Amino acid sequence: MKQKPEAYEDIPGTWVFDAQRARIGYRLNEFLYSLMKAENRKEFLADERSYLMKFAMTEEQREAVMKRNWNKLLELGAVSYALAKLSFTDGKTYQFMASQMTNMTEKEYVEMMVAGGRSPNGWRTKQERGES
Amino acid sequence: MAKIIAGVGTSHTPAIGAAIDLGKTKEPYWAPLFKGYEPAKQWMAETKPDVVIMVYNDHVNAFDFKIIPTFGLGCGDEFKIADEGWGARPVPSVQGYPELASHMIQSLVLDEFDMTIVNEMQVDHGLTTPMSLMFGQPKEWPCRVIPLAVNVIQYPAATGHRCFMLGKAIRRAVETWNEDLKVVIFGTGGMSHQIQGPRAGLVNREFDTNFLDGLSKDPDRLAKIPPLEYLREAGAEAIELVMWLIMRGALGEKAREVYRFYHIPASSTAVGTIILESES
Repeated sequence: MKQKPEAYEDIPGTWVFDAQRARIGYRLNEFLYSLMKAENRKEFLADERSYLMKFAMTEEQREAVMKRNWNKLLELGAVSYALAKLSFTDGKTYQFMASQMTNMTEKEYVEMMVAGGRSPNGWRTKQERGES
Repeated sequence: MAKIIAGVGTSHTPAIGAAIDLGKTKEPYWAPLFKGYEPAKQWMAETKPDVVIMVYNDHVNAFDFKIIPTFGLGCGDEFKIADEGWGARPVPSVQGYPELASHMIQSLVLDEFDMTIVNEMQVDHGLTTPMSLMFGQPKEWPCRVIPLAVNVIQYPAATGHRCFMLGKAIRRAVETWNEDLKVVIFGTGGMSHQIQGPRAGLVNREFDTNFLDGLSKDPDRLAKIPPLEYLREAGAEAIELVMWLIMRGALGEKAREVYRFYHIPASSTAVGTIILESES
């Protein structure tokens, strides 16, 4: 990458959907948005790989879709609103997907939110979490 | 003369719209939230605006990734409700005001804001959830609606300062429309929330409280909050709050807070609402 690292890349646990990420995720997001149509959801679920081959995304992106590796998909340019369509296709909720991103059960995640959510303390910089 | 008399700030979380549609508003999870919106709804019923300018964001339903307008003003006469993948919400279509919207376009572009003219689009939960929260479940919406779709999905959104200035230009545009109209402007989205990655679920009550306070006390300070501060302090999706600054800019120099409500959570979001009456 020729671009200097952006200041927001220092925020832990977050993949900002910026212009570069939007660029690499363009076809991936196109696939995710195709799931807004019932007939496409049905076709995808019947044979995921064949359906994914219709979109000119990378093999790494296809693998991450099939594994429902949500955080990997964010890193590879999926936007969270589009990812939600995949979770709904699976008959799951947004909160289920969010709980998987945070390595919690859905129940634990919902309980955390009801108790006031995640505090920003300890989550502002990668440095304070000992991440590079 | 047309006049923007008041502004409404409110979250537009899709789960809130779904709770209304599915009749869950009395359930323990939702009841406190809807109770908190009752006085706001009452205010709206008494205020009876002729026109609402709805500042919201599309969630890649009307605009896919092919074209992403930073500011898109709806100039059509009707906006149908989008099917976001689980069926369109059972709410009425939105009636626009093409005459006023077209006037706004001319005024705003000459005021040096490069607006995108949107003659046809469907509207999603970003617009319909605030309508349901403030107007309930009527067969037809009681006023015309001019949608202003703002890109907050692909970083960077327009800065808070730019949004604040756009709000001021919207006020000038409306005030040069020669018809007696009561206009209420909405700024929607937020408040603090993050719905992606291991940091999902982040909310920041202190940030939100300062933001709500600042809308009446010191909007110039809010307009200076840089994008990074929203992301770091209040979550990746809290950048939506810049849309509240368009609303605030459109109220003129002074605005009086008449109602506020804050609640955690709706799904992954800290929900806030505020009503500000213009004193300019």
